[in-house]
Amino acid sequence: MPVLSSPDIDAIVLSLKVALTATLLSLPFGFLYAYLMTFFKFRAKVLLEVLVNLPLTLPPVVMGYLLLVALGKNGPLAPLLEPLGVRLIFTWKAAVLASALVGFPLLVRSIRLAMESIDGRLVQAARTLGAGSVDTLLTVILPLSRTGIVAGSSLMFARSMGEFGATIIVAGNIPGITRTIPLAIYDYAGSPGGEQAALLLCAVAVALSVLVLLVHESLTRKLTRRQ
Amino acid sequence: MELSMAVAKNFGGAFDLRTDFTVTGEQVGVFGVSGSGKSTLVGLLAGLIEPDHGEIVLDGDCLFSSGRGINVPPQERRVAIVFQDSCLFPHLSVESNLLFGYRRCPTRHRQIDVKALVSVLKLDGLLDRGVNRLSGGEKQRVALGRAILSNPRLLLMDESLSALDDALKLQIIHYLKRASEKFRIPYLFISHSLLEIRLLTDQVLTMGGGRVLGQTTPEQLARERMGQSQVGYINLLQVEKLRKMGGLYVYRWGMEELFVSAGDDGPMAVFELSSRDIILFTRHPEAVSARNLLKCTVMDTFPSGNKVGVELRCGHETLIAEVVVQAADDLAIQARHEVYAVIKASSFRRLS
Repeated sequence: MPVLSSPDIDAIVLSLKVALTATLLSLPFGFLYAYLMTFFKFRAKVLLEVLVNLPLTLPPVVMGYLLLVALGKNGPLAPLLEPLGVRLIFTWKAAVLASALVGFPLLVRSIRLAMESIDGRLVQAARTLGAGSVDTLLTVILPLSRTGIVAGSSLMFARSMGEFGATIIVAGNIPGITRTIPLAIYDYAGSPGGEQAALLLCAVAVALSVLVLLVHESLTRKLTRRQ
Repeated sequence: MELSMAVAKNFGGAFDLRTDFTVTGEQVGVFGVSGSGKSTLVGLLAGLIEPDHGEIVLDGDCLFSSGRGINVPPQERRVAIVFQDSCLFPHLSVESNLLFGYRRCPTRHRQIDVKALVSVLKLDGLLDRGVNRLSGGEKQRVALGRAILSNPRLLLMDESLSALDDALKLQIIHYLKRASEKFRIPYLFISHSLLEIRLLTDQVLTMGGGRVLGQTTPEQLARERMGQSQVGYINLLQVEKLRKMGGLYVYRWGMEELFVSAGDDGPMAVFELSSRDIILFTRHPEAVSARNLLKCTVMDTFPSGNKVGVELRCGHETLIAEVVVQAADDLAIQARHEVYAVIKASSFRRLS
């Protein structure tokens, strides 16, 4: 009976931590972005749309490299981060950032689908009943987007668990610090005699994915029934 | 309620709305076919659509003025809408729906007692329910209650009855009239149904092609439209049941008795009778198969399209019949003449 080694457990815990943080951090932004895109018309809409969806089609490695350049010592974001004493590169926070960027379009897509299905007259009714736009956003649009929020979050969480290309470049592959499940599997696959350990981690990844999908499915069903 | 709207709104050349009217009254109708601009008018008034330019003034308060740079946001206008298909918040219970506007209404404007309204609209048993478990009529009653509880100074009924069948329509009409009178809330009733307009309003703006075509009374509008309408002028007869005779029901209408085939056992009823289903005789017809023969006095005649409308007085009640121009000439129908109106028992259509 194969058992998980201590570094493997570290990798699993780290993966969960990165995916959860990335999802929770992205949620408010994803919600606001979906709201903007669904309910407003503005000039730079197409440009913003392309930028946000770019990680869906761009090779993750390219994303990672661009992040590395941007956050690096002489990168354009360095003057912003340095005075705050924030160092992101080669820490687990960089892995969170990479996951957040790559998973964001998936999160937004589901929330937008939910928002677009809200009858516009419900929003109008709320306004004429005395609710301002923020009030309407929180008491009508938010609760009616629940299904999309749950669906998007779980998809993004699953995607973050599997993030590899961007993470390995911007966060590196440091055991115990930035080595997530996919990176650990990559290590095992490259070293002789690592098949057993690699397969075991694969099994864990499959189990976690199935679990996330099951939770996603049951929550969505519950919400549709309530609605 | 006094409302004046002098606004213009252009939708990229596809449709443009231009209005310039002032209307005073508590129960005002807006009548027009679909596409005439009624819903745009509602949107402009509620603040959901911004006019290109112009001015909207309600009870002395300016809601919009392009000249003075005023555009009161919808949540501050206190103009509530009841939509065609209720538009209740699906994630809230009936009670939370009802209180949505009430909770947001500043205390100084809160004049309507929640309990009183719930009892007027008979919503007592529904409060804890989810809105998806309500019937169509119940939903519309909740929507009406929700709008009234927001303590609006004007209620906009935007085709609010169009999706309901006749019986429910009459029920909601009854509730709307009661609530509007009890809580003194004026309403603007928007509809393409002349019947609804006649039952609910005392004056009416007619719309067509994005313009307000005129301001008249529902009765006048019904007479004007008689000639072109498919169904003629619809007389509304309020009757009281007397007895059942063979296959027919006998009702009292004013001082007359009417024989009706489509009756039922209710003590009171409202029947529709088209002006086309009334045949006029200048002398007493000795034998007719129709069951109703009423002796009437001609009060007035009016032209409507290629028809002539004849206003008849039977006892204290009024009936509108129509004849073609040639028939009016042949029979020499004139005011103060006596005529006999013949109506088949099967011509009456029950409303309630």
